[in-house]
Amino acid sequence: MLTSLFSLAGGALGRLSPSEIQHGPIILGGQLSVILGGLFIVGLITFLKRWRWLYREWLTTTDHKKIGVMYIVISSVMLLRGFGDVMLLRIQQAFSVGQSHGVLDSDHFQQIFSAHGTIMIFFVGMGFMFGIVNLILPLQIGARDVAFPVLNSISFWLFAAGFGLINMSLLIGEFSAAGWLAYPPLSELAYSPGTGIDYWIWTLQIAGIGSTLSGVNFLTTIIKMRAPGMTLMKMPIFVWTVFGAMLLVIFSFPILTVTLALLSLDRTIGMHIFTASGGGNPMMYVNLIWAWGHPEVYILILPAFGVYSEVVATFSKKRLFGYTSMVYATMSITLLAFLVWLHHFFTMGGGSNVNAFFGIMTMVIAVPTGVKVFNWLFTMYRGRIYLSSPMLWFLGFVVTFTIGGMAGVLMAVPPADFQLHNSLFLVAHFHTMIVGGVLYGYFAGLTYWFPKIFGFKLNERLGKLAVYLWLVGFVLAFVPLYILGLMGATRRLDHYDASLGWQGLFIVAGIGALFIGAGIFMQVAQLAVSIWQRKDNRDITGDPWDGRTLEWATPSPAPIYNFAVQPIVTERDAWWAAKQAGEHLKKPHYEDILLPKNTFIGPLVAAFAFGFGFSVVFHIYWLAGLAVTAIVISLIVRSTNDDTEYTISAAEVEHLERAAGRSYS
Amino acid sequence: MSKKNKLLSMAVSVVAALLLLTVYFRHHPVAVLAPQGSVARSERHLMFVTIGLMLIIVIPVFALTFGIVYKYRVGRDATYTPDWDGSRLLETLWWGFPIVIITILAMVTWRASHDLDPSKPLASNQRPLVVQVVALQYKWLFIYPEQQIATLNYFQFPAGRPVSFKITSDAPMNSFWIPQLGGQVYAMSGMSMPLQLEADRPGAFRGVSANISGRHFADMHFTAVATSSDDFATWAAGAKHTSQRLNAQSYTKLMQPSTNAPLITYASVTPGLYDAVVEKYLRPWDGASQQLGGSVRQANYVN
Repeated sequence: MLTSLFSLAGGALGRLSPSEIQHGPIILGGQLSVILGGLFIVGLITFLKRWRWLYREWLTTTDHKKIGVMYIVISSVMLLRGFGDVMLLRIQQAFSVGQSHGVLDSDHFQQIFSAHGTIMIFFVGMGFMFGIVNLILPLQIGARDVAFPVLNSISFWLFAAGFGLINMSLLIGEFSAAGWLAYPPLSELAYSPGTGIDYWIWTLQIAGIGSTLSGVNFLTTIIKMRAPGMTLMKMPIFVWTVFGAMLLVIFSFPILTVTLALLSLDRTIGMHIFTASGGGNPMMYVNLIWAWGHPEVYILILPAFGVYSEVVATFSKKRLFGYTSMVYATMSITLLAFLVWLHHFFTMGGGSNVNAFFGIMTMVIAVPTGVKVFNWLFTMYRGRIYLSSPMLWFLGFVVTFTIGGMAGVLMAVPPADFQLHNSLFLVAHFHTMIVGGVLYGYFAGLTYWFPKIFGFKLNERLGKLAVYLWLVGFVLAFVPLYILGLMGATRRLDHYDASLGWQGLFIVAGIGALFIGAGIFMQVAQLAVSIWQRKDNRDITGDPWDGRTLEWATPSPAPIYNFAVQPIVTERDAWWAAKQAGEHLKKPHYEDILLPKNTFIGPLVAAFAFGFGFSVVFHIYWLAGLAVTAIVISLIVRSTNDDTEYTISAAEVEHLERAAGRSYS
Repeated sequence: MSKKNKLLSMAVSVVAALLLLTVYFRHHPVAVLAPQGSVARSERHLMFVTIGLMLIIVIPVFALTFGIVYKYRVGRDATYTPDWDGSRLLETLWWGFPIVIITILAMVTWRASHDLDPSKPLASNQRPLVVQVVALQYKWLFIYPEQQIATLNYFQFPAGRPVSFKITSDAPMNSFWIPQLGGQVYAMSGMSMPLQLEADRPGAFRGVSANISGRHFADMHFTAVATSSDDFATWAAGAKHTSQRLNAQSYTKLMQPSTNAPLITYASVTPGLYDAVVEKYLRPWDGASQQLGGSVRQANYVN
């Protein structure tokens, strides 16, 4: 009945039909969690009568801090989904041995690991990165907002549209089963005719454009919006690392956009850019995707390096050691990030000169990275080390990252890579870097800056417990994978022979994942308990850690205008210097503050972008055309609006500051 | 638990874990670290050299990390210099020292990349055996152009004599890897990729596709059987008397996706079949390639 209705609608609905809804108990679980999760949130907001509040305070906000919080909310949700995917993968690999074929069929298994990779990189890594950058970067440079607040809102909402689209693939249609980078020819129409690859393409395309725009926005912010006196060499290291990361975003994300566009041309209008049979070249795709993909790794890790630099200096109560070295190290990593992409495919026959060049370039990155580690260690040397949970994340990072770095340099030697490539050793290596480097860094950063944004500290006991569970879980989950890789286990296996004797190690890896799951549970509990006890953990001073950089000069939570008075910078650790000189006690002279108004353009563009993505996936081209037109028109209409700012009067600022506990004698 | 007990129980569990692993590895060899051929052995040697060089820096880093945290924890009576933020000597040391190590490693890498270039013939007093490999959807086809025979999902070769592979794919990209013998290389349509391997002594080695190539790629493994050269000669001569033949017709059938294909020995091979498989992607309009399962595009749409 329903099917005939759809066929009546004929071509108008493209390939959208009830048969696109997948069936099966595990798939049903995914579908139910999306639907029930969505209904629960909608119900909760309605019950609490918070729709108007949500719309005014959050959805339409142009405040970088609130946008940052929204990034982190989405990333946290996606971390849970990505972790759920991991548990399915671990269960499958622990039991799908010999006669048993586990709980998933191979196609579903492949969709899950493709989704896991895509989600963890684009929606967890990138989301946490842009989230923390949004929260803190303007505060650290003494600015009241980013350079383009409305664009910032649009960037976030494009990210949110991608989030919507990738979760839509759970409900209707399927997801890519070609790995997180979808190499052709497997990702071409001939081998993957379904909606999966298209979901993948358009999710990344929409979220990726958001990332490019954010890159432009933050680079401009760093160049143009620094407080008077903050010369480049007085910027906090976190700002430097974000500067490097944003350069990488601007230069690499367009490559991703073009590569995905070319692949979608192959798939939708039968071009042969990457199909070998039609005169195209799949190796070109592999080159292009990694010309984006390798800088992407540094986009994720550089700001995490910045977080560690701030955390170590603060919790060692000492100036960061070797600031100038750190700057040079950061910028050389930024440059080198573009010179190593070929190490992802030494086995594609590049020839020994080419392979050796890219291998050596890769090892060279170990030098500035090593310099950073030594500088962090000597920041602690002769300091007063407080082993708070951000510091524990940092120490966990130093150990894991050094081991992962060793594995990385090992694989940078092309002939060694021949024996390690595509094996679980490789999988273990990049998880060591991305979990032990990126994720630990952002967890440290979130704990460290939480009071600045919300006005109260996170519970330390549960926080430390979470660190320990993650660290133990990490070792249990990934050491077996290193060993399995050396035993010849390749990645992405949904099934293997019992005689290989791998099962024991896979089971240990699964237990490790359970420990990590317990760590995540502790983090959720930490958040809940901290909110519950927020009155006891309130940060009244605005400077709970005795910090060094400008964000701690504001009250907590940081007011909408960030700084009541424009700070003037004379020293590197501006806030520390001000405290030493006692300047922070002087009564400031307040002035009117101009701020951007809220705008609905972000959610609107995102809704249209989501509609566009969904209709292209299902070949409903008239709707896709309409959606693009709607985006263009709404942007034009918005740009003719001149009434985009409002003023907070000096008296109001003084009142707000007093309410936040800032009284001067 | 007291500190002493904590340490003791930690030491006990570490020893227990090591014991367990030792027992485990006695039964399940670690392929990459237990090479059965010269190429894999050189590659392992290279790994050990690299790890050794890196440990020169990594061990001090670990020692410093734990030492510094132990000594300068708040509450300990240790020197505190809050404004000391640089030392030209120290920084020169940790820019310079890694540069030296990496320079050495770079020289090692340059040499090794050339020595172990997959296209470079292995040093041997024997002429290499040529084997052409075609990755198909979920099976591996091996063609012996000199012997005019072929095999499916296994291949036999004489131990001690280099094997010179030419590898292509008539399917999505795969990766040809025999962990105990040596490093992998991608199998790609329209490309013929060289790889040289060698086995020290007779044995059966597991080979796999290391790259995802579709739904059933996990089942895409084969056995590389090394025998004495006499046994190989006998086997090759015997192969001539088997019943199946590899020609355009049977090849077209092979192109249909299937899993768990049986081990097959083909008594004969249409000359030039491998080249035709490579070239049909380069010249899809060409008549010769039409014989191999019609046009490529049609064949590709079978999933």
